[in-house]
Amino acid sequence: MPEPVPPTPTRPAVAPGAAAPAERFAARTAGMTASEIRALFAVASRPEVVSLAGGMPNLAALPMEALAVEVADLVAREGQVALQYGSAQGIPALREQICEVMALEGIRADPDDVVVTVGSQMALDMVTRILCDPGDVVLAEGPSYVGALGSFAAYEARVVHVAMDEHGLVPDLLTDALRTLAARGTTPKFLYTIPNFHNPAGVTLAVERRAEVLEICARYGVRVVEDNPYGLLGFTGTTNPALRSMDRDVIYLGSFSKTFASGLRVGWALAPPAVRDRLVLAAESAVLCPPNFNQMLVSRYLAGHDWRSQVKSFTEAYRERRDAMLDALETYLPDGCTWNVPDGGFYVWLTVPEGVDTKAMLPRAVTARVAYASGTGFYADGLGSRQLRLSYCYPTPERITEGVRRLAGVLEAELDVMRTFGTSPRPSLGRAEPRNGPQSPSPHTP
Amino acid sequence: MAVLAGGLSHEREVSLRSGRRLAAALRDSGFSVREWDMDGALVERLRSDPPDAVAIALHGGEGENGSVQAVLELLGVPFVGTPAPACRRAWDKPTAKAELARAGLLTPEWVALPHTTFRALGAQAVLDAMVDRLGLPMMVKPDQGGSALGAQVVTDRGDLPSAMVSCLAYGPAVLAERYITGTEVAVSVVHDGDEPRALPPVEVDTGDGAYDYTARYTPGGATFHCPARLDTATLAALEETALAAHHLLGLRDVSRLDAVVDTEGRVQVLEVNVSPGLTETSLLPTAAAAAGTDLGQLYGAMVERAIHRG
Repeated sequence: MPEPVPPTPTRPAVAPGAAAPAERFAARTAGMTASEIRALFAVASRPEVVSLAGGMPNLAALPMEALAVEVADLVAREGQVALQYGSAQGIPALREQICEVMALEGIRADPDDVVVTVGSQMALDMVTRILCDPGDVVLAEGPSYVGALGSFAAYEARVVHVAMDEHGLVPDLLTDALRTLAARGTTPKFLYTIPNFHNPAGVTLAVERRAEVLEICARYGVRVVEDNPYGLLGFTGTTNPALRSMDRDVIYLGSFSKTFASGLRVGWALAPPAVRDRLVLAAESAVLCPPNFNQMLVSRYLAGHDWRSQVKSFTEAYRERRDAMLDALETYLPDGCTWNVPDGGFYVWLTVPEGVDTKAMLPRAVTARVAYASGTGFYADGLGSRQLRLSYCYPTPERITEGVRRLAGVLEAELDVMRTFGTSPRPSLGRAEPRNGPQSPSPHTP
Repeated sequence: MAVLAGGLSHEREVSLRSGRRLAAALRDSGFSVREWDMDGALVERLRSDPPDAVAIALHGGEGENGSVQAVLELLGVPFVGTPAPACRRAWDKPTAKAELARAGLLTPEWVALPHTTFRALGAQAVLDAMVDRLGLPMMVKPDQGGSALGAQVVTDRGDLPSAMVSCLAYGPAVLAERYITGTEVAVSVVHDGDEPRALPPVEVDTGDGAYDYTARYTPGGATFHCPARLDTATLAALEETALAAHHLLGLRDVSRLDAVVDTEGRVQVLEVNVSPGLTETSLLPTAAAAAGTDLGQLYGAMVERAIHRG
């Protein structure tokens, strides 16, 4: 007979006048509430729905059998190390290899300045943690990566967006923003930028603008944080020089999520020594150390496999998918829609006809079995209601075509209702969601 | 037995949470429980490995409009819950309201109209007529569906067209109701013994905010008082109304009545749900706890009844 399970002890009643534990959250978590929009994405993982919402890399081309052998060998030969705690900075062999990867974009770096992190998201979180006090200003492109905005909100930093055009961040607007802030006595803690194949905007910072952006930031005493997960995924065969290759003070964030395997959660920060030291200490307090096992697997993969060819094959698959999406957009979308043509990466940024609110339209899209990421999640200032992000990285070209066809039907139906009532939908679904609220899908879920 | 949860409705996430909670409660009560999504494999599962009974934790769409129930009836699988025809009646809010009003229950005055009618007759003229009849503030919600998805309170005439556009993103028709000020209350009905019985009414207190999706599914987003802070006669009237609605609409095993006790103390029925939420922030589990029972006991008894019914 199994032992009977003792009943779970019940918590004693809260003393009169005291708040229950659930009511004593930090003020900055006020936005961490259930969200109607996020709930709608529960359906997106079902196969009936074409999800153009998430940024999941396509892993179909990975050599899974060879990796299985590698994993088994790693455990058999090096299990005592792979399954043990490690250093907070990351294993030295991998840090050396990371420097070789960064060299492809012109970066000359010392492995001692590399900090391995649990995905580059952790690096971003750590950088914000060590640089930002509540109320500090961070500059970011408008729109910007939703996961970055989440980190900035978590540390109560204020985001000031700088607009982009088809060549990326606009230097004159960057200067204007800095001048305006300086007039108020504010120096931003850093400029957060995704120079290559931007998430979500799809654009790339023109090479001729890169030095100018660095020069402007230097003039105003603003550090640059360069987030570059997509840099090697260009479709034109050329690789752009990293901002870090032009300025050693740039904090560079990299990742193996798009070039190898997102599930391993291995990314890194390359930072000047003073920043690096604080990053290591911050990482230690957050996770003790990045997983040895995952780092060693990445290291073996880089050393023993033709990973450059693998990246090429990923890129070819993404280019095929991008082409399918662009063809479908051209074929199906109603008048009044515009979009960019990305030269790499995962995303098309779509502007829909005036008056359409992509967040308010989402329930209609889910009913039509297509999902996208509405634009407001990529802004900290409420903009983006007329935009949406489409990801072409994961679905097959056929599914992408079908998804865009469905989206076109959704747009036509929304425009039809708007014509009937002569107006746009209410600006937000239900209540206004706080800025750190989960109003968008998790950055990389389907 | 099997718990069905998930599906493809807008309420999938809530359903998955309800399903997990119900399955755990039934396991604690000694049942062997499988958790199945509503997908292409379901019919084959039900045929090849039929459970003794099914409990439905699906919310919205096929889970509440009688579709899943019809399939279960087709396959001869016993299930906890309302038969398909009555589901169809309760699911369509205007139909259910009309039926309850005909029987003498109070429900806020309403009109339900599809987008096509606004388009054919001219939206402004129809909206003016609605405001003339129902007044402001006005409650606007999809004519089908739950979890307050798409529901809005409109206080200014100028906001009405945009509220219609937002609401019609959830479905083809709108239910507009006169807005009733008062105490928001939910009364669950369970048939776990000889006769259906009402659980203690739960009062929903959201302070100044609406009982919207965020308030419903964020722990602490609303404060529940059970039993509701109302006089004994009103509590009794609420329970009577919930049982009456359960019978009038032909509901079986379990239902939840959402109502407002207006400023004159009258019970105004908002809607009736055939598949009440069972999450940690839902109303039925709160009422069950106040009644000294839990989901495992309640649904356990109803599963036994379903098996016995065959």
